[in-house]
Amino acid sequence: MSSKVNEFQILNADDDELMRISREGTLSLNLDEMHAIQTHYAKLQRNPTDVELETIAQTWSEHCVHKTFKSIILYTEDGNVTEKIDGLFPTYIQRATEEIAKPWCVSVFVDNAGIIEFDDTYNLVFKVETHNHPSAIEPYGGAGTGIGGVIRDSLGTGLGAKPILNTDVFCFGLPDTRYEDLPKGTLHPKRVFKGVVSGVRDYGNRMGIPTANGAILFDTRYTANPLVFCGNVGLIPKNRCDKSVEPGDLVVAVGGRTGRDGIHGATFSSAELDDTSESLGSVVQIGNPIIEKKIVDALLQARDQNLYRSITDCGAGGFSSAVGEMGEDTGAEVHLENVPLKYEGLAPWEIWLSEAQERMVIAVPPENIEKLMQICEAEMVEATVLGSFTNSKRLQVFYEGEIVGDLDMQFLHKGLPQHVKKAIWTSPQHPEMSSRDEQTDDYTEDLLRLLACPNIASKEQVIRQYDHEVQGGIVIKPLVGVENDGPSDACVVTPIIGSPNAAIISNGINPKYSDVDPYISAAAAIDEALRNIVAVGGTVEKTALLDNFCWGNPDKPDRLGALVRAAKACYDIATAYGTPFISGKDSLYNEYRDTTTGEQRAIPSTLLISAICVMPDVRKAVTMDVKKPGNLIYVVGNTYAELGGSHYFSIHGYIGNKAPIVRTEAGKLTMQKLSAAIDRGFVRSCHDCSEGGIGVAAAEMAFAGGYGLSLNLNAIPTGEEIMSNDFLLFSESNSRFLVEVEPQKQTEFEDHMTEVAIGCLGSVTDSPVFTVNGIDGEQVIKTSIGTLKSSWQTPLHT
Amino acid sequence: MKPNVLVLRTAGTNCDVETDVAFKLAGADTSLVHIQNLISGKVDLSAFHILAIPGGFSYGDDIAAGILLAVEMKHKIRSALEQFVDDGKLIIGICNGFQVLVRTGLLPGVEHSNNGNSEIPQRATLAMNTSAKFECRWVELETQQSSCVFTRGIKSHLYLPVAHAEGRFTASPDVLAELESHNQIVFRYDKSSKYPSDNNNYPNNPNGSDADIAGICDRTGRIFGLMPHPERFLTKWNHPRWTREDLPDEGDGVAIFRNAVDYVTATFA
Repeated sequence: MSSKVNEFQILNADDDELMRISREGTLSLNLDEMHAIQTHYAKLQRNPTDVELETIAQTWSEHCVHKTFKSIILYTEDGNVTEKIDGLFPTYIQRATEEIAKPWCVSVFVDNAGIIEFDDTYNLVFKVETHNHPSAIEPYGGAGTGIGGVIRDSLGTGLGAKPILNTDVFCFGLPDTRYEDLPKGTLHPKRVFKGVVSGVRDYGNRMGIPTANGAILFDTRYTANPLVFCGNVGLIPKNRCDKSVEPGDLVVAVGGRTGRDGIHGATFSSAELDDTSESLGSVVQIGNPIIEKKIVDALLQARDQNLYRSITDCGAGGFSSAVGEMGEDTGAEVHLENVPLKYEGLAPWEIWLSEAQERMVIAVPPENIEKLMQICEAEMVEATVLGSFTNSKRLQVFYEGEIVGDLDMQFLHKGLPQHVKKAIWTSPQHPEMSSRDEQTDDYTEDLLRLLACPNIASKEQVIRQYDHEVQGGIVIKPLVGVENDGPSDACVVTPIIGSPNAAIISNGINPKYSDVDPYISAAAAIDEALRNIVAVGGTVEKTALLDNFCWGNPDKPDRLGALVRAAKACYDIATAYGTPFISGKDSLYNEYRDTTTGEQRAIPSTLLISAICVMPDVRKAVTMDVKKPGNLIYVVGNTYAELGGSHYFSIHGYIGNKAPIVRTEAGKLTMQKLSAAIDRGFVRSCHDCSEGGIGVAAAEMAFAGGYGLSLNLNAIPTGEEIMSNDFLLFSESNSRFLVEVEPQKQTEFEDHMTEVAIGCLGSVTDSPVFTVNGIDGEQVIKTSIGTLKSSWQTPLHT
Repeated sequence: MKPNVLVLRTAGTNCDVETDVAFKLAGADTSLVHIQNLISGKVDLSAFHILAIPGGFSYGDDIAAGILLAVEMKHKIRSALEQFVDDGKLIIGICNGFQVLVRTGLLPGVEHSNNGNSEIPQRATLAMNTSAKFECRWVELETQQSSCVFTRGIKSHLYLPVAHAEGRFTASPDVLAELESHNQIVFRYDKSSKYPSDNNNYPNNPNGSDADIAGICDRTGRIFGLMPHPERFLTKWNHPRWTREDLPDEGDGVAIFRNAVDYVTATFA
């Protein structure tokens, strides 16, 4: 055995010793898992080498195998009988997609990204990832490598997709957090904000990929655990979506060199952070987008010449994961001394586990290797043969002629014991807030305050730092309206210049509702993502979803109970709307532990739903800015007194208990009818009602279009009696839109919408004044659109 | 005849595809060529009529935007490039390509481009934006009276997007005066834009360029560089307000590429 390889002495270790080995090695393996490994090696009558145990630890990590979503859960809700759930993922996510059975789903959950049909020649791939732990410690590097990683997911899907769009959603602590209130060892939210945005900007812009969709949310509970979601959409020829590996194919690494960066990233991200995490600098990777750009340039040429049979990216776990996954059904042998290094001195296990960025692994038939090398040389990309795929069903790792790891693929990929976890959900009771109609007859100030809430306020300063025009295909931009600064509901991209075939990308996220019920939060996130699709001219029928769960420690029953609630909503709402999940990810253990006080805090339960819709004719798209004085403004969809978790309650210090539920039957009909109305040209502008309700949505439409609005609250269709102006204005009920209709289309529009609750709220005015009359006809809001816009633009402009 | 366009690529180029599409739309034959293939001689520059240097971050814009590609052009394909210019052919540099042309000295250039063996001096630069950050926004351009063949007969006002961090055109007063007197200023950021702007004309002048300069040509009018991206406005659906304004189907950018194609067709037929 090479002197550079050590054995872990586990054969005779007791439980304490096993856990010490796991903890001190940052392996994140629990006792059950250590026992399974011990039993396996007892049969082999030897100890595992470091290469082997590290490989198992990363393959079995939460990050790579998503064991919480596959474990058996014993779930108790509000003290009722316990339900046994055999895996959240198969029960609620995968099953939804299977039951919905959309023929245009090409590949779901198996490859690095989901694949759906686009046009006659191409399919689309879409993947969203998180890079939370690294971004907490090193925001710039963490976020940059987050976007770099998800771009490689598209490139590693099928035989490689061309990246055409980035999407980014961030959750940070409040920008005005006082330094003395910062948890020990954490960076200030402003520093994290700036670093993350710069990281995403510098990586995405250099890659030449438009970043045209996203969101930024703020909550004090994200201070120690910021969330960074990075997504990428790719375009792939229909005949390049399948991959396979044949014994004898060469294992070829393409791209950057390997160093000590990012070792233990997979296992690190499967643990909680504490106030010493900032010292773990080596777990964060270092990015170089130009290397990645060269890889894309080279590999897409090699793909089109059919030079390789399979491809995957080196993400978490580095080569160990990439080669281990590609060779799962065949076997593979790798010679680590062939790996090009950034510098000398790496132990074999470090080479094998390194998460150095910008590396892809491809399976190349030997007869194609010369051609492949020529392409790589012409594009100035390093490509190296590391070994070959075998038919041994073993993962065999050599270093300087000696075998340093010899793992049974079956044990590696199937040996993880299934966990049994307890989950408890207890509905919280929050103090209730009542209408403020008794105290005030003017809600102008409330509207201005809502527009200035950091979650709602303009993100223009961030958006403009991203190149959202590169590739020449973004036709509905993130900022729209007469001065190009209104908040677009979704972005629309035409990947082939000159063709009207388009894809719409949107997102939905509202962790505030999780404080009432994560079920409602998840349901609302799906509804919001779909509303955004519909608002620009898409259809629910052609929409696929991605789920990204960011949660606290799932070993704690209450956190897991919240996760069960959200997963149940995913199934219920997705199947009701008929929108399949095609890909997803989870990032758990987003908790912070203060090692001196023992204080423990989790992030709000956060589900990001990303949506992608294929739109056959981009010329039918609409935007949210009002277009012309005299046009009518309708509200579409019923309003309920649902302000639990709303921004209105929040600015008055309340959470409340009645968060907006999703009524899928009405919601689906509303969206279908509205999509058809847009398709038939009845609609001049459309905006969804989300945070801040009708009040905020109307204000945004007005200042984006540069015209005033004159509105009456008593025209709002309601699903229950609502006798207060503030609840009508700021309720966040789902499945609602504001729509602008020309007077000459009024009859056609109303006839078309007969089965849907609609109300004509008022009209667009030439004068730049925004007025709202209350239930009794008295004025409750009057201000200029300039004032509204300025409130909305100012908060995040510095 | 169909003009041949060489769209130059290297590590970090990222507007090559849409630049290629733009020239095709204008009626040219195009080839995407990596600079390595010009250096090795595998591709012969003299077979082309137009050299297009697209946007992107060539070599990551390490050291400064465009500088490494400029050094390669100046030292590794210099004679082919000089011959290309002397043959009366066209060069356009967009965004990063403009940065490259300025750093090679080809823009704004000197009286005779081929002045023996002495190096063409760099006489202007594209510095960091005054906003000190990368910005992506649409800008209104005012077409100037210039000798540029790419903008002959073009509209007086164009609307195009910019997306850059290093786009502030700056030069000594002498050079600026020379550009003015030789009609080398092709586009200025429009001062009379209807959009709100501060005392320095920001953001209508998005980067703080001297004299609001957005694009210049050499004295012959055949070498042209600009920060805005004409290849990103080929159809009306690229326009940020196509849902609210009545616009022609063709985008403002197309005319620039068509002018180049027409010039070559007329000159080299």
